[in-house]
Formats: sequence, structure tokens, C-alpha cells
Amino acid sequence: MKLSISSAAKAPIYQQIKEQIQAAILSGELQPGEALPSLRTLAKELRISVLTVTRAYTELEQEGFVANVQGKGCFVQGRENALLREQLLRRAESLLGEGAALARQAGLSSAEIHAMLTTLLQEEGV
Amino acid sequence: MNALELNRVCKQYDTFALDQVSFTLPRGYIMGFIGENGAGKTTTIKAILGLVHYEGDISVLGCPQEEITAVKEQVGVVLEEATFPELLNARDINSILSGVYKTWDAGRFTSLLQRFALEEKKRIKDYSRGMKMKLALAVALAHDSQLLILDEPTSGLDPVVREEVLDMLLEFIQNPNHSILISSHILSDLERICDYITFIHQGRILLSLPKEELNQTYGIYQGNEEALQRLPKGAILGLRRGQFGCQALVLREAAGNLSLEPAELEETMVLMIKGGK
Repeated sequence: MKLSISSAAKAPIYQQIKEQIQAAILSGELQPGEALPSLRTLAKELRISVLTVTRAYTELEQEGFVANVQGKGCFVQGRENALLREQLLRRAESLLGEGAALARQAGLSSAEIHAMLTTLLQEEGV
Repeated sequence: MNALELNRVCKQYDTFALDQVSFTLPRGYIMGFIGENGAGKTTTIKAILGLVHYEGDISVLGCPQEEITAVKEQVGVVLEEATFPELLNARDINSILSGVYKTWDAGRFTSLLQRFALEEKKRIKDYSRGMKMKLALAVALAHDSQLLILDEPTSGLDPVVREEVLDMLLEFIQNPNHSILISSHILSDLERICDYITFIHQGRILLSLPKEELNQTYGIYQGNEEALQRLPKGAILGLRRGQFGCQALVLREAAGNLSLEPAELEETMVLMIKGGK
């Protein structure tokens, strides 16, 4: 896997790493079960801080791309799993965004929109 | 265990004081200790090493500062002003320090000299500034150091040597028990490898946090000043007025729905110093 980061790019470094690893997983370059480089190795190779890599890996884990096995490292998850979740998240985000825009047009305040969402979530029993 | 803990460290000089300096460096990470010349970086480092008297509490590798001799094998130090006797050469240093440090590794020292292209038989007075710096770093790495304390290690060095030094530091930190405190008045290449940033100004710590949290904590506002007046007191940490609007450093949690740009380290520091109230 190739990773390159740019200081000139607008995206923060952790995000650049995260997006490149995501792309490698989605393209199949990184196969399920494969281990990501250790935090400290990657920090050294890219000459960045360990906590920056930690942040990228943590977000990849939260999004279902990798699983962290304590003491062993981060392993690539099944592609379908991560992809599906990503798609669901995107769709949810775009629908919520649309809803928020409509509510704004109707003249609702942020607090009222929040309240509306809270009620919806309660009705759903979440 | 924390590599370093400073708790309300004070030191009073006639014209300068360290005022309640507190910060913590967890084991396994690199902290950039940043501030202008004269901000108090070297005084703080001297306090950590017990080279000046101070008030407050310091612990080094879990050991109270007063008992630092117990952990001296584990602390590698590179000070900006301290150099080795000019008439000695690196070979002399090797034999002298093998009697000082129980964990001195003469073979490792020799291989570090080779790696840094330092001639063993050349007198130190004939070394360049960069070579002296690399020699000091080789010494700090040739015993069982767990914590490196480096005062302005890259200042005045050419870019190639700076890179070499950074590579050494990154290799050192591959061991998760190792930690580094590195002071500097410039950010640039250092900023990228630092996990934590501690910023000192006029003897006071203005911020100390993981670098990745900087942008979650602060944001930069650009626009007209009226929008800022609605913010609660204490939300604005620095303000710069210009002809076409103002620029302000704002605490995100107090900013409400004000639209903020990401806070870069350098801008944050400039606004804190120049626009601080």
C-alpha cells in the first residue's frame, strides 16, 4: 500500500491517511484480515506524530473498515461490511441535511429542529 | 506512568518569572515545548533537571525530581549551551562516559558516530555547530535513555542535519516506553512529529494539549467584530483588528453557531501572543 501526505493540502493529515487507507480497502489492495502497519511504524515512515496515526485508525475502526485487536494491531474488515455502513451513513446524512434545509425554509430554529429529531427518535423507540 | 509531570512550578528572577508551570507528558509520546526566545523554555528544562531551584512539584519517569539521580541513566539530555571540553575528541568522550553511566554502550556510541559521520579523532573545537549537536545526541542515545530532553536541538542546523535528527528521534520513539520533550522557538518540521504541544509565553503556559485536539478546542473567526460581542466572556482568546474586519481565536464550545475556520497551530500562537488581552 502506498501512502503519501501533503502539508499543502487543505485536509488535515489524519484525514489524508484515513482516506487513502479507505481507498486501498475499497479497491481491494488491502484484503480483509490484512494488518495495517503498526501505529509507530507508520508514524516513523510518514514522519508524523503517533497520535495523528492513532486518530486516523480510530476513525477507520468507528466506520467499520478495520477492527482493532488489543495488543495485536488493526485488521481490515470484510469489505461489504464497511461499504454498506458507509453507504448507509452517507444516505442518512444526506436525508437529514435535506430535512434540516426544509425545516429552515419553514422558519424553524436550530433548537426546534433538534426537538423535532428528538421526538422522532423517541417515537422510533431508540 | 507519565514520563514528566510538572505541577505549578514557579521560579522567580529579577526580571523574569516562571508562573505556575504545569504540564504532563505521557510515556510513549513526543511533546513540542514551544515559545519565543526568552519565554521560559530553558528555565523550565533546567528546573526539570534540578539545575535551578524552584517551587512546585516535578516528577521525572515517576520519580520525584529531588531523587533524579535514581533515574539519571534513563534520562538523555541535550542542552543548547552545554558542550563538551573543546580539547577532547569523541573517543575521549566515549571512555570518560563509560565510567559515568553504568548502562553506557561504547559500541552503540561508536556506531552512532559513524552514522552521523563524526570523526572520532577530531578535536571537538574543530567540530561545526551541527556536529556538536549530533555528538550530544549520540551521547544521549548511548546509555539506557527512556526520556530524551532536548533544548532547541535543531536551531541553527542546516536542513539535512535537521532531517537526520528528526529520523533519530522517530527511531527512538518506536519503543512505546520512550518519550521525548523537545523545546523549540520554531514549529515547521517539529510540529508534524509532536503528539503534544505545550506553549509557553512570558513564563506562563498558554496551552498544553494533544496536537490533534487543538482544532477541536479552538477555531478562528474571520469577519466583523459585532458578531463577537454576543459571545460569552472568556470565549475570545485573541483578537486582531484590521481595516476590513477582524480575526479572533475562539473557544469552540463557547462559540455557539458562529462559523469558525480550523485553528492551525501557528495562527493560534500568533493570536494568543499578539492579540491576547
